[in-house]
Amino acid sequence: MLPEVATNILKASSIRLFATNAARATSQTAVNRMASVTERKKKPTEEAHINFKNAYRDDSKFGKRPIYLDMQATTPVDPRVLDKMLPFLTGLYGNPHSSTHSYGWETDKEVEKARKNVADVINADPREIIFTSGATECNNTAIKGVARFYGKTKHHIITTQTEHKCVLDSCRHLQDEGFEVTYLPVGTDGLIDLEELEKAIRKDTCLVSVMAVNNEIGVMQPIEEIGRICKKHKVFFHTDCAQAYGKIPLDVNKMNIDLMSISSHKIYGPMGIGALYVRRRPRVRLEPLINGGGQERGLRSGTLAPPLVCGFGEAARLIREEFDDDQAYIGKLSSKLTNSLLSLPYTQFNGSKEHHFAGCVNVSFAYVEGESLLMALKDVALSSGSACTSASLEPSYVLHALGADDALAHSSIRFGIGRFTTEAEIDYVISAIKERVTFLRELSPLYEMVQEGIDLSTIQWAGH
Amino acid sequence: MSASRTQVLQLYRNLLRASHEFESYNFREFFLRKTRKDFKQFRGVEDNKKFYKEGLKQLGIIRRQSMISQMYPFEKMVVERVDEKHHEIPEAVEARDERKI
Repeated sequence: MLPEVATNILKASSIRLFATNAARATSQTAVNRMASVTERKKKPTEEAHINFKNAYRDDSKFGKRPIYLDMQATTPVDPRVLDKMLPFLTGLYGNPHSSTHSYGWETDKEVEKARKNVADVINADPREIIFTSGATECNNTAIKGVARFYGKTKHHIITTQTEHKCVLDSCRHLQDEGFEVTYLPVGTDGLIDLEELEKAIRKDTCLVSVMAVNNEIGVMQPIEEIGRICKKHKVFFHTDCAQAYGKIPLDVNKMNIDLMSISSHKIYGPMGIGALYVRRRPRVRLEPLINGGGQERGLRSGTLAPPLVCGFGEAARLIREEFDDDQAYIGKLSSKLTNSLLSLPYTQFNGSKEHHFAGCVNVSFAYVEGESLLMALKDVALSSGSACTSASLEPSYVLHALGADDALAHSSIRFGIGRFTTEAEIDYVISAIKERVTFLRELSPLYEMVQEGIDLSTIQWAGH
Repeated sequence: MSASRTQVLQLYRNLLRASHEFESYNFREFFLRKTRKDFKQFRGVEDNKKFYKEGLKQLGIIRRQSMISQMYPFEKMVVERVDEKHHEIPEAVEARDERKI
């Protein structure tokens, strides 16, 4: 009887606790106190899992928020970018396409400034930049748009096996529409063979799509050479530069790029905005995915979002201005991380070391499950591959394309370093990885066998 | 008219102080590093008109944004000490002392 009454009072009091002062009767305060005691008792059981506490420092004196090392997925918004965006969310709310009043003019002026900043990074004309909702939309517009426009005479598209999912999926979609697609293989270093590319180009090839920097392994494709080949054979060249824009030197004229996909949230800009570069001379024609009011040269209808566009523009201006500083800083941290991780036994650096963007380090730790290492590294925000595929436990298709076996593909981890990563964080990550890889390997029977000198490939695994 | 040595040092000190106000560890460290680097590179350059003007603009941005950062605080990072208070930065003290002389 009594416990029932107590729980009823408890329920009622918790509802009234924040609502009114009427609940402040002495008896109920006592109940409240009881409730907080039971809550406090509950807590430790929730945290009762294996704890990887540091032996060399007192964790209670440090914060709990994990270190962010997943800059390929997204980057934090730079405060200077946010400062540029805020006026558009507070006072400058005009529609940039309204040409009849000053509210429209003032936002339109800023949007055009942003367009110029975005274009300057890749040495393009501002009129060649089309704002979209992100790199995925850019890739879709570019690939489907060009293929459909020239579809009457040309039915062939060339891409690579290591492209981002949105490029591969767009191509698969076009295959259903009757197009033929060649998926170029890559070498063990992640680079495509230029001779093979030239051989794959046919008379009815309309588009070559190769990404500049890979999102999982950070390998840089020889964009300039590919551009030259495409120009020679009069084929349009599209490149997915979501990871490359502002991080490696790009010049659309020098590299003969016809279409380029750009994303804002990879360069410390806001999410939900990207840009597609479409060459004007010689003109590249596309069939738009979104039809409507004819904004953005009719290629992407719909009202622009001035806060996002101007944030993107400011992010582009900053990344151009601080290119050298960022490059030197990220390079320094990256080589420190790479050297320390590779000093561990049985580790492997994935992808080419020379043609490589420093901000993306992909390392395989043999005899350790990548996912279990990620679970053990609760204090570091990392990923084993692209964020789009991280929900599944499938090994990375990119590493598969490189010729890595399942075991190696499963044990890989990607480290993303950016402008806001500090040296102290890198030091922490290095020691945490060393500690936990050693710990997990000690649990592993495979590692024990390797230590005893047994070659794992000679074992006949019995099925049960 | 270019800014005097006192004005530049004052700006340096203010920038460091404002950067220090960031609640977010990564932003704080970034702006401290950037300010130190910019002023180190600039040391000894005669024509500082543009640099000073840019610096004042930067100071406005950092002051506003560090305030916003304080309005939306998050948990401390695992590399950050919870009990640490760093209101006295060696560079700022140095800059202030230099100004007195």
